[in-house]
Amino acid sequence: MIRFDRVFKRYPNGREALSELSFELETGEMAFLTGHSGAGKSTVLRLIALLERPTRGQVFVNGKNTAALRRGAIPAFRRQVGIVFQDHRLLDDRPVYDNVALPLAIGGVPRREMDKRVRAALDQVGLLGRERSFPLELSAGEQQRVGIARAVITKPPVLIADEPTGNLDPELALEVMNLFQRFNAVGVTVLVATHDVHLLDRFRVRRVHIEKGRLAAVPHVAA
Amino acid sequence: MSLPDAVAIHFERHAQALLGSLGRLARQPFATFLTVVVIGIALALPAALYLTVANMRAVTDGLGDTVQLSAYLALSTTAAQAKQAATAIEAREGVGDAVLVSPDEGLAEFRKLSGIGDALEALPDNPLPWLVMVRPSPPHDTPEALEALAAELRKIERVELVEADTAWVRRIHAIEDTIERLVLLVAAVLAAGVLAVVGNTIRLEINGRRAEIEVTKLVGGSNAFVRRPFLYSGFWQGLGGGLLAFVLVVAGLAALGPFVDQLSAAYGSTFSLRGLTHEEWPVVVGGGALLGLIGAWLAATYHLRRIEPRA
Repeated sequence: MIRFDRVFKRYPNGREALSELSFELETGEMAFLTGHSGAGKSTVLRLIALLERPTRGQVFVNGKNTAALRRGAIPAFRRQVGIVFQDHRLLDDRPVYDNVALPLAIGGVPRREMDKRVRAALDQVGLLGRERSFPLELSAGEQQRVGIARAVITKPPVLIADEPTGNLDPELALEVMNLFQRFNAVGVTVLVATHDVHLLDRFRVRRVHIEKGRLAAVPHVAA
Repeated sequence: MSLPDAVAIHFERHAQALLGSLGRLARQPFATFLTVVVIGIALALPAALYLTVANMRAVTDGLGDTVQLSAYLALSTTAAQAKQAATAIEAREGVGDAVLVSPDEGLAEFRKLSGIGDALEALPDNPLPWLVMVRPSPPHDTPEALEALAAELRKIERVELVEADTAWVRRIHAIEDTIERLVLLVAAVLAAGVLAVVGNTIRLEINGRRAEIEVTKLVGGSNAFVRRPFLYSGFWQGLGGGLLAFVLVVAGLAALGPFVDQLSAAYGSTFSLRGLTHEEWPVVVGGGALLGLIGAWLAATYHLRRIEPRA
C-alpha cells in the first residue's frame, strides 16, 4: 500500500534527506516512523502526500506509482490520503463543521450527505455536538482530534500523521494514538511519524526506523 | 452518482462560492468600495466619450441629409433659358432632383428668413439670380462625389456659380472618426487598468487567505476549486464597477441635459442628448463583470500556482 523503492531525495538547497530508502507497508498495516530529528521522517511523509517528488527511486501509494502522476492528478490523489499534522492546521476563522467538511466540499458531496458524514466523523473522535465551536475554543487535544476527523472523513485507504502527539501531554497523546489504532482496525493503512518514547513502548506496532536517510535497525531503548 | 445529481452538486458548489465571495466582499466594505469606484470611473470614461461621439453623429447626420448643390445662373438669364438649364441639370447622372427657384421666389424667401425685409424694399431691382437647387441621388452624396458633380454642373450653359460647401461637413466627420478611434484607445487602456486593479485586489485577497488555500490544497483541493471563489470575487467587483459606471453616465447626462436642450433650442433645433440604449448599457455593465472575471482569473491562476502547501 505504501512502498518506497530505493528513494533518494535531495532538496534544492543541496541537503540530502533520503538516500536509497526502501521499505513497504502492507495494506491495512500500521507502523511508526521513527528516527532522530532530521533523519528524514518528514521527507518520507511529504513524498507520500506528493508534497515533494523523489530525486531518484520510486514511491508507490495505493498501488500507484507517484512518479507517473501528472500535476493535475495530484488533488484527486491527495483525497485518497488522510494527513494529520503536528500543528493540526485548522482554519481558525471557520467552525469545526467547516473544517471537517472541507475535503467533502472539495469532493462535491451534497449537503445532507455532508451533514451525516461530518457528524459521524466527529462522533468517531469523540467531539459530537461541537460542530459550531471554533478551533480556538477547543483544547489542544480536541483540536488535534478535529484534525483527525478532517483527515478520515473521506475514508481514505491511507492515513499518515506527522508527530500528531508532539504538542500533547501523555494522556491526550494516548487518546489520539488509540484513535489511529481504531482506524487501523477497520483496514486503514496508518503510518505515524513520532519520537514519543512512551507511545513506542505502549503500542506494539511495527517500527520503520530511519537514520541519515536510510532504513536502519530499530535501536533497543532501555525502558 | 446520476447525471442530474452531478449537475445539482455542481450548481450547489458554484452557488456556495458565489454567495461566499459576496459575503467576504461585504465584510471588507471599504476595500471593496474603493475597487468598485476605480472600476466604475474607468468604465464610465470611455462610455461617456462614446456617447459624446454618438450624440455628435446624431447632430451631423441630420446635416448630411441636407447636402445639396446650389447652381446660380447668370444674371441675364431669361425664364425660358433658366427652364432649359434646369432640364439639362436634371438630366445629369447623379442628380436626384433639381428645383428651379426664380429670383422673385428667392427674394420672398430671403425676406421671410433674414428679417431684413424692409431693407430689401429699398432695392430698385431684384438682385438675385435664377437658382437651381440640386439634390444628389444616393451614391453621389458623399463629399467627394459632390465635388465631382459640382464640376460637371459648372460646364452647363448659363451656369455661373456652383456652390458645394461640403468641406466643413467633411471636417466634422473626420473629427468624429478621430474621437471614435480615441474611444477605442481609451477603452483599451482603461480595460487594461481594470484588469490590473482587479488583479491586485485578488492578489491581496489571496495573500490574506494563504493558510486556507494551503490547507485546501493539502486535503486535495484542485487549483480550479481553490480559484473559484476568487473568480466570483472578481466578477462581483467588476459587476459593481459596471453598474456604477452606468449610474455615473446617467447622472452625467441628467446634469448636462438641460444645458444641451437650451443650446439646441437657441439654434432652433429640437435635438436633445441621448443616453445609453438598451443594447448599450448591458455592454457597459456586462463588460465590467467580464473584465473583473478575466482580471481575477489571470491573477488567481498566476498567484495560486505559487502557493504550494508546506507540511
